[in-house]
Order: sequence, then C-alpha cells, then structure tokens
Amino acid sequence: MFATAIIVLREVMEAALIIAIVLGASRGIAGRGRWVSAGVALGVVGAGVVALFADVITNAFSGDGQELLNAFVLLAAVCMLAWHNIWMSSHGRELASEMKSVGHDVQAGSKPLTALMVITFVAVMREGSEVVLFLWALGTAGSAASMLAGGFMGLVVGVLIGVFMYQGLLQIPMRHFFSITGWLVLLIAAGLAAQAAAFLNQVGWLPALGSSLWDSSRLLDQSSIAGKMLHTLIGYTARPSGIQLLFYVLTLGIILGLMRWVGHRHAAGRAA
Amino acid sequence: MPGRLALLTSAALLAAATLSAADTAPLEIGIKAQAFVPAEIHVPAGVKVQLHIVNSDDLPAEFESTDLSREIVVPAHKDVKVYIGPLDAGRYRFFNDFHQESQGWVVVDPK
Repeated sequence: MFATAIIVLREVMEAALIIAIVLGASRGIAGRGRWVSAGVALGVVGAGVVALFADVITNAFSGDGQELLNAFVLLAAVCMLAWHNIWMSSHGRELASEMKSVGHDVQAGSKPLTALMVITFVAVMREGSEVVLFLWALGTAGSAASMLAGGFMGLVVGVLIGVFMYQGLLQIPMRHFFSITGWLVLLIAAGLAAQAAAFLNQVGWLPALGSSLWDSSRLLDQSSIAGKMLHTLIGYTARPSGIQLLFYVLTLGIILGLMRWVGHRHAAGRAA
Repeated sequence: MPGRLALLTSAALLAAATLSAADTAPLEIGIKAQAFVPAEIHVPAGVKVQLHIVNSDDLPAEFESTDLSREIVVPAHKDVKVYIGPLDAGRYRFFNDFHQESQGWVVVDPK
C-alpha cells in the first residue's frame, strides 16, 4: 500500500506543483479559479481516455503515437505558459498595484484564461493517465484494497504538496510576487520543452546531439522525490542530452526575449 | 517548380530516414512476470540503437529511464520500440515505473 501511495504521489505531485504555480502566477485575475477547475476536470477525463486507449495510441503513427502525443501536448503547454508570461510582462505591474489598492480580483481586459485551462489540462492528463494505468494494473493483479487506500493516500499528499507550494508563494511580498512567479513559469516552460525534445529524440525525429552532457545523479537522483520535484519545477535532468539542453536554453531565451520586447513596447506606449 | 519541390521533398525524406535509422538491428528486452529479460544489455559506444520492448504480461508496464530520458507505456501483450544513443561508455539504468522493483541496465562498452 505504501509503495502504491509513493508512486501515485509522485505523479500527482507533478501536476499539483504546476497548478499551484499557475494559480499563483495568475493571482488577481478574475475567473482564473473557474478556468483552472475546468482544466482539472477535462484533464481527469482526458487521463481516463488516454489510459483506456493506450493500445490504440501506442500503435498510432507507426508506433510513435505515445511520443508524438506527449511532445504535442507538452509543446502546447509551453506555448500557453509563454503566452501567460508575455501577457503578464505588459499587465503584471497594473495587476499588482490594482490588487494592492482594491484588495480583490481585477477585471483586466483580454486575459490568457484559456492558457490556464490548457496548462492545467495537459498536466492533469499526462500524470493522471499514468496513475490510471498503474492503479488498473494493480487492481487486475488482485490487490484492489491496497490500490484504493494507497492511491487515495498518494492523491491526498500530492495535492497537499501543491497547496503548501501555493501558500508559500502567497507569502512573497506583492512587489516581488509577479516577477518571481514569472520566473517559475519560465523555468517550468523550459523544462517541459526539454521533455518534448526527449520524446522527439526517442522516435528518431530529432538527433541526440550528445549523451550525458553531465552526470549529477549521485548528487541528486532524478527518480527520487526531490529529484522529480526539481524535474517538474526547473526541468532538472541528471544526465541530459544535447538536444534537451538546446531546447531548454532556446525556450528560455525566446520567451524572455518576447517578454522584454512586449514589456518595453507597453512601457513606451504608456509614456507617449 | 514541381521539380524543385520534389527535390526538396526527397532531400527532407532522406534526412528524416538518416535521422531515424538505427545503426544496428533492434535489441529485444522482454517483460516477463514483471521482470526485464535480459536485465542487462550491452551496446557499443557512439551508435544509435533501437530497443524493442516486448511485454508478455497481462499487466501494463512503463519502460522508463531517467539516465536516458526515455519513457513509454508498454500495454499488456504489446511491444514498443524506442531509440537510444549514440551513447558514451557507461551504465544507464532503466526501470518499470509501474513496478519500480524491476530494473535493468544498458551497459555501453567503450570502443
């Protein structure tokens, strides 16, 4: 039962951390709770569908279905995280000052609410489908009670980690808040892009460009809970390939560049 | 114009074929009674290899390796193929994410 709980916890924690940061980064935007909840609900349904059709997905695209699906949803999430951050680079300051003065959610103009939903959906669907498959395997193996108890325990602890993360974020003073959540979103995006690169390399669509650029697995094992946590938050990879590092750096650079550019344009527009 | 397009297409196809082609025949790893058989496979350094993972159990497995950044669900009684490498000499661990006691090693022998 305990082993079951740990495995479920690891998957749930990944999704919970991403949702916590997205919720923090969109603080003060009216309607975000509804959209994130919709993302969770759609993600749960999506996880069931992906698990149910695991055979079909595996055989799709001449056997490359799983990798291509993963790479596609990961890159979609990266685009949505980028959109959120770029939007925040022109609205974040107003959001922060309005929140301080009115003390409640702001009805800002066009908001990247769909982005929040898509990011949540992808996180829950990817991790959830593994949980469903794993629990199903356990259930057919004949340990239904341990499956339910362990699964529930893992779910609760995983969600709690997300809640702690969110509560922790709220302790950050408002004047630093959005720049810190912005960096967190940026690092998650870069990490997800690197994961997408690994999937595309797995089916031979991208070259590896070198194996094990470094090996920090003795320092921090990537399959440990802490390693997995850092893997989710900043894309920590103990033995990265060249293509992973390239995607990581490019994603970081492109999003940062766009954020600066939009931020400057917005500041210039207001000054004029 | 159509000639140039055809040339471009064939060049792209050729590039894709070179990219996805493995340097050797696929190496088979079985999953039997939730264990990897063989649990250690030897691969030469500096070549791209395709692993053919065959699950003969009634349970789904997830072939995962953080060392190799590989991750794929292997449904019950299904098989999947993944590329690895070109790799430097060393030992790379893989495991079943749904049954973490089962693990194995890709051992890359120096040239």
